[in-house]
Amino acid sequence: MAMDKTTNVLIVDDYKTMLRIIRNLLKQLEFDNVEEASDGQEALAKLRAGQFGLVISDWNMQPMTGLDLLKEVRADARLKETPFIMITAESKTENVVAAKAAGVSNYIVKPFNAETLRGKIEKVLTDA
Amino acid sequence: MPDGQEGGDRIEEAVRAVLGSMAGDMTVTEVALLGELEALGREVARAKSEIAALRVDDINASHIPTATDELDAVVSHTANATNEILDCCEILEGLQTRLAGSDAATLSDAVTRIYEACSFQDITGQRIGKVVSALKSIEQRVAAVTQTFGRGGPAPPCTEEAPAGVLTQGQELANGPQLPGAGTSQAEVDRLLASFD
Repeated sequence: MAMDKTTNVLIVDDYKTMLRIIRNLLKQLEFDNVEEASDGQEALAKLRAGQFGLVISDWNMQPMTGLDLLKEVRADARLKETPFIMITAESKTENVVAAKAAGVSNYIVKPFNAETLRGKIEKVLTDA
Repeated sequence: MPDGQEGGDRIEEAVRAVLGSMAGDMTVTEVALLGELEALGREVARAKSEIAALRVDDINASHIPTATDELDAVVSHTANATNEILDCCEILEGLQTRLAGSDAATLSDAVTRIYEACSFQDITGQRIGKVVSALKSIEQRVAAVTQTFGRGGPAPPCTEEAPAGVLTQGQELANGPQLPGAGTSQAEVDRLLASFD
């Protein structure tokens, strides 16, 4: 099944440069419906106010981390099925295990390449 | 345990008081004790003068603030440079539609590789943040030492995460980038995730 390129994507990162890089890579993949948030709290507010088909989030943000955002999403009756990709420099095994336990759809370690991003998005959107 | 110069002075006072109380004939044990106390007094005086000679005040007054400012400037400059590079990439992508076939694909691949490379700014920013946190921790400990020996001003306010508050699991596990070889590769992450299925 092909990826639905009209999916609304929310990207979450406290580094503006990284938001810009991910947005541009998504644009290359022909995802044009992209919104941004700079931490988990802002992301949660946008998710609750809108209709998103994919979240791509960093982990290490203040005040709400990506893992805590993931838990909030999975605990929300309307949002709980939303595909959620963690994209982070947190590369310890315990981080991956915690994210999986919280319900992450896929996990990308920074620095990453565009092909990895494309592959993970394709997988989570076709699995959804 | 006594704190500050008062603490060091108390030790000296105690030594003098003991010495002053030892009048008349002394036993062998008392003589040995007297020797130990005199040695202790000399050690306290030597430690005070050595720490004073180290000019540790300079570390907090100048060296650490300068170092953290320099690191902040590194983050700022690399962010500006990265954004300039991204500006140029976006211009190049705008030209892509004017190119034919393989030229367009070549340009697209090159721009993608630049985007991938520019993610260094995030990683280096996080690494520098960890160094700044370490420097601030050193600053606090140096201030504690200078206070103990009565030479420093008040210790800087604690800038570490308040331990009193309950950290979320996400905050507890937020350690930033690992050193090469210490973290998990993408292939290992993929294998780990697959093992849960």
